[in-house]
Amino acid sequence: MSLSTEDRRAREPRTPPVETRAAGGAPVATKVPLRHRLRRDRTLLLMTLPAMLLLLVFAYVPLAGNVVAFQDYDPYIADNAFQAIAQSPWVGFEWFQQMVNDRLFWSALRNTLAIFLLQLTLFFPVPILLALFINSFVRPRVRAVAQAVLYLPHFFSWVLVVTVFQQMFGGAGLIAQTLREHGHEGFDLMTDPGLFKFLITFEMIWKDAGWGVIVFLAALAAVSPDLYEASAMDGANRWRRMWHITLPALRPVVALLLVLQVGNALTVGFEQILLQRTAVGPGASEVLDTYVWNVGITNGGFSYAAAVGIVKGVFGLLLVLGANKVAHLMGEQGVYKK
Amino acid sequence: MLSGLTGLAGVKPGTRGRLRPVWEEEPSRTGLASKGVVLVLICLAVLFPLWVVIVTSLSSVRTITEAGGLVVIPRGVTFVAYQELLGGGQVTRATVISLCVTVVGTLFSMTVSIMCAYGLSRTGSVLHRPLLVFMLATMFFGAGLIPTYLVVQGLGLTDSYLALILPSALNVFNILVLRAFFMSTAQELIESARIDGAGDFRILWQIVMPLSRAVIAVITLFYAVGYWSAWFNASIYISDPQMLPLQNVMNQLVLKQERPTGLAQAINTGHLSPLAIQMAVMVLALIPVAFLSPFVQKHFKEGMLTGAVKG
Repeated sequence: MSLSTEDRRAREPRTPPVETRAAGGAPVATKVPLRHRLRRDRTLLLMTLPAMLLLLVFAYVPLAGNVVAFQDYDPYIADNAFQAIAQSPWVGFEWFQQMVNDRLFWSALRNTLAIFLLQLTLFFPVPILLALFINSFVRPRVRAVAQAVLYLPHFFSWVLVVTVFQQMFGGAGLIAQTLREHGHEGFDLMTDPGLFKFLITFEMIWKDAGWGVIVFLAALAAVSPDLYEASAMDGANRWRRMWHITLPALRPVVALLLVLQVGNALTVGFEQILLQRTAVGPGASEVLDTYVWNVGITNGGFSYAAAVGIVKGVFGLLLVLGANKVAHLMGEQGVYKK
Repeated sequence: MLSGLTGLAGVKPGTRGRLRPVWEEEPSRTGLASKGVVLVLICLAVLFPLWVVIVTSLSSVRTITEAGGLVVIPRGVTFVAYQELLGGGQVTRATVISLCVTVVGTLFSMTVSIMCAYGLSRTGSVLHRPLLVFMLATMFFGAGLIPTYLVVQGLGLTDSYLALILPSALNVFNILVLRAFFMSTAQELIESARIDGAGDFRILWQIVMPLSRAVIAVITLFYAVGYWSAWFNASIYISDPQMLPLQNVMNQLVLKQERPTGLAQAINTGHLSPLAIQMAVMVLALIPVAFLSPFVQKHFKEGMLTGAVKG
């Protein structure tokens, strides 16, 4: 976990520690009894209570709810999901064994990884390039307008983004319409299973690449201009300055975001794909998340879907930890400190 | 702390009001021009689709027929589509539902998040570390869709607006950003207020929150956009079509190409273009976000950066 140094040293004890004189005469702080500290900080504890309750109910209880993956969960056995879990029979690792032989599961995994790789190669570099590009404009007005425009799509819902794409690239969309007007054949990007993964990535770029720029722009602005000036004095031209000063300055941020990206490798575009899967069919579009949704929520195979979810979660966690380890080996900080 | 982030660090005004450091090479005219063209193209890639959507929603049946579909160049603005949509019926109801869920949800999320962030911001306090770890741990595991669904169902929240708010009410990342800002409040101010007899609620309300206005604005926007854009929870927890929020109705009307109930007659008589209706629904979904985010934009950097450093 990332706990900053400020957390480590308790810098403001709310009441001064009781001082007693030890034999040597040096002041020794004795601990205030827990009972008193609880009383002292009761307002603060009260303030965190609602959030902790919400986390308990909607993060920790569901975590325990994963036991249905080891059961033959039957929602109709009782009126209430909790009672149903209590009464459903145990089956051990049966669902996990079934998953290994499940062609659809492997197909979903393949699609997930393929989309992740596209995201990594096509999506990931775009915000960095955009940030360098915007940073090269010196007029504040130009930068502000460019940023305002680029940030905007991040706040659109996926329904809206997918709809916009359909209106532009769909069979009845603007491009097909223009092509037909000029006597060409129309085309439909939205229903082409072969191009689906690229469509997904393209939509991600349109929606979120601009938003990703913020972090890189901040990192660029934090570079001391003295470095640029000094290297310019030493005769470095603008490209050498970019290579030796700008890019190294971005390195830690790039490493951090790369780790986060790899950690999310198994979670790619859930909502986005869910909205479009009927148009191209599950063969091309099914990823692990949509598979869980399809098997569990729409077809009622709760136990099997939960088993898939657990496998996905465990491998996701291992990916974060592994990627973070690599970041540490490269001398970067990663998500949490060592 | 953030003075270096204004994007102008070390830039001295040169000749003719240019903000270029004196030692930097003057860019060539062609270089500048081509850069400008690229920037305009990038911005157009974002704005052009929105323009088309807005213009089509404001077009009459005739204009849309003449254009053969989507309209690029506006001719004769008409608000028929909006009048039909907002004159009662499915879309009107969905818009009201979305607005209510967004307002109530954002207020709830902000109240809980701010209190939690403040409660965890005093690093000397008892149980501060275990509670922080309890919260941070949820960032590393997601419980998964199925058990979450079962818990929401078990609590009896299905077909209730609470299912649209409670499961997604908290974002740990947002709480961390708020907490980081609260921790940067001068401790002397807090101590002196305490000596003057202020309790924690009063300190939070009268000292810490006014000093953190910028970041509170950013986080409020994040939560509000989250509630406004959400459609998935409604799609699995709400079965009554009368209770669906705007995003879900937009999904049905535009992506699934269903006809809005109650408007079939106006469409069949040629009074109304189904395309204009679809585009108008999109504009309805777009308006609040497009209007709110520019006001908060100048603070994004602070919020995002704190998150990146602390997260």
